[in-house]
Amino acid sequence: MIGLTHYLTVAAILFTIGIFGIFLNRKNVIVIMMSIELILLSVNINLVAFSFYLHDLTGQVFALLILTVAAGEAAIGLAILVTYFRNRGTIAVEDINMMKG
Amino acid sequence: MIATTFFFYLFSLFAIASAVLVITMKNPVHSVLFLILCFFNAAGLFVLTGAEFLAMILVVVYVGAVAVLFLFVVMMLDVDFTELRSGMLNYLPVGGVIGMILLAELVLLFSTWAAPAGDVAASVEAAQNTRALGLVLYTKYVFFFQTAGLILLVAMIGAIVLTLRHRTGIKRQDVNTQVARGPATAMEIKKVESGQGI
Repeated sequence: MIGLTHYLTVAAILFTIGIFGIFLNRKNVIVIMMSIELILLSVNINLVAFSFYLHDLTGQVFALLILTVAAGEAAIGLAILVTYFRNRGTIAVEDINMMKG
Repeated sequence: MIATTFFFYLFSLFAIASAVLVITMKNPVHSVLFLILCFFNAAGLFVLTGAEFLAMILVVVYVGAVAVLFLFVVMMLDVDFTELRSGMLNYLPVGGVIGMILLAELVLLFSTWAAPAGDVAASVEAAQNTRALGLVLYTKYVFFFQTAGLILLVAMIGAIVLTLRHRTGIKRQDVNTQVARGPATAMEIKKVESGQGI
């Protein structure tokens, strides 16, 4: 029988894979952004599972909001990436230190 | 009920396997394609929980827009990805330790937290999901909905402003100057004396 815990476990594994991907591909911004998408997806799975389990649609509304923010984040991030590549000719993360942050 | 269990394990297995492949693939194009597969399987999980509208939105927005945007950028940038992967094995221990700690914490949380008994993968009101979501979204959460629209607008304007560039030294059509041209500015009358030319 599939319970709430099963969904939470799948979401936790996806979340961990996303975190792991950020560490594994520290030089490649594109894969880092894909890992962030995986993390947001796992949060969405959590919200939808809780929403169905509690018979409350609020979780699905917030999953929709997270979907919106994720789409905007991907668009802005890729735009920054394209501009950066146009100026510097590379997308290596270690070179992004112009602002000395 | 057997079918739901089977499909749950199928979808979650494929989602996790393709997520692992996303972060380990050599070629970023393959990574994006596995990301698309992962989104499709997550949409399947959403359908199992009765959130069909979100599942379709996931397919349309993520697969149709975000993943294609990723694919477009990966193919547009001329980057040597083998050089970017060079130090990957150095980061493996730290990342593995932190990931394992995080997973252990989450699993400990689930194992100690007593989830009330209930069956998630069976839906009665699923046929009305889109309607129910709309009834909630446009009444109780209308300000959240409009904020989401505002976020999308800001993201769109930001992306356009970031990537638009005006290149100098190329000829462009300027409709304003074309329309504003009259006989007075366009023509010049010269007196030509006979036998001399201009």
